[in-house]
Amino acid sequence: MGVHAEAHHGPPTAHQSSRVDSATLGMLLFIASEIMLFGSFFTIYFFVRVVNNAPEWPPEGFHLPVYVAGVNTVILLTSSFTMHWSLQAIKRGNRAGLQAGLVLTLALGLVFLLTQAREYSRIGFSPSDGAFGSVFYGLTGLHGAHVFVGLTLLTFATVRAFRGHFTAEAHHGVEIPGIYWHFVDVMWIVVYTTVYIL
Amino acid sequence: MINPFRSEAEAYRFLLLSVGYFAAIAIAALVIGKWAGIIVFVGLTLAGAVYVVRARSGEPRQQTVPRRRGGENERRILVVANETVAGERLREEIRSRSEGYEEQVFVVCPALNSPLRHWASDEDGARLQAQERLNASLARLHQVGVDAKGEIGDAEPLQAMEDAMRLFGADEIIISTHPEGRSHWLEKGIVEGARERFAVPITHVVVDLEAEREDVQAEVQEPT
Repeated sequence: MGVHAEAHHGPPTAHQSSRVDSATLGMLLFIASEIMLFGSFFTIYFFVRVVNNAPEWPPEGFHLPVYVAGVNTVILLTSSFTMHWSLQAIKRGNRAGLQAGLVLTLALGLVFLLTQAREYSRIGFSPSDGAFGSVFYGLTGLHGAHVFVGLTLLTFATVRAFRGHFTAEAHHGVEIPGIYWHFVDVMWIVVYTTVYIL
Repeated sequence: MINPFRSEAEAYRFLLLSVGYFAAIAIAALVIGKWAGIIVFVGLTLAGAVYVVRARSGEPRQQTVPRRRGGENERRILVVANETVAGERLREEIRSRSEGYEEQVFVVCPALNSPLRHWASDEDGARLQAQERLNASLARLHQVGVDAKGEIGDAEPLQAMEDAMRLFGADEIIISTHPEGRSHWLEKGIVEGARERFAVPITHVVVDLEAEREDVQAEVQEPT
């Protein structure tokens, strides 16, 4: 029987620890990176707003379609509800519920994105119209890009659902897009409240 | 750890909470005024922070169950000690515990470090010292016929045990400390913490290295 702790040459061996499990760590790192990304855009937004010190906000000449965006917010929140419903359905073994929920989520997400595109075309200013224009398009565009990624993930999940994938026990492929979709919705709540309402 | 995006259901709940949070701020700001919105924002944020801290401290911790255990005639013993692994009492305990079994002993020496060095990621020195102690301890155990393997552990002893439990598995854990009054680990409640955290028998061995040294000196003096 030998002694197994041998002298180590070179740099210290990598320190493995079970302090945080890898799935949690991965999700935390992802959320942290997203917070930093959106945080940088919000920093620009608040910088522009504070530096301008305008008596009214948005600055004169800019009008935001608050009510249209409000309806769009309701659409996105409803899509989160249908997403949650679809996952609850497959957890009970209800495939029709899963498929209906995913299709509705996909449709609502698409409507949100198209409405935003329509809003861009009618809003009356462009990204090159001053700092406010840039930061408005930057923030809402960044969120729109996230919605697009979410829709792509949901498309995969929907196709798989119609091909007979997922069961009450195995539905990881719906759970992960679901988490991402709710995250995107949370970010929209922050964007809508900050940019359109306050 | 509280992670609102651990599952879809939790993420959905977090979304609903976010809607309520921002709706309250927006309503206060629009109906009453800017400062009311700021007060609601600060109040709700503080309330949320207090809730998270309380929920974290009250979270029941699941006991760690070893992934593998020894066979019928095998005994897997995890020994956690820093300086006291060389003590006679600990060696006796290991021997008595493994009597009649084919023993597998795994020694973990936590790389104890100062908090400042720990946060500065300056742990090379601590790991080097722990490695030296581990080498000496394993050699000593080997001399008295105990087959032992070992590894340096996390600076935090309970975490070092958790890691070792995952890598090595164990039928039981022996924690060796200095006597009360001289042991930081006892002061920090490491033994009680281990009993709460791990679903295996925990034996606490107190090794008084100074008394053992005195005994050895007395034995050396006796024949003369």
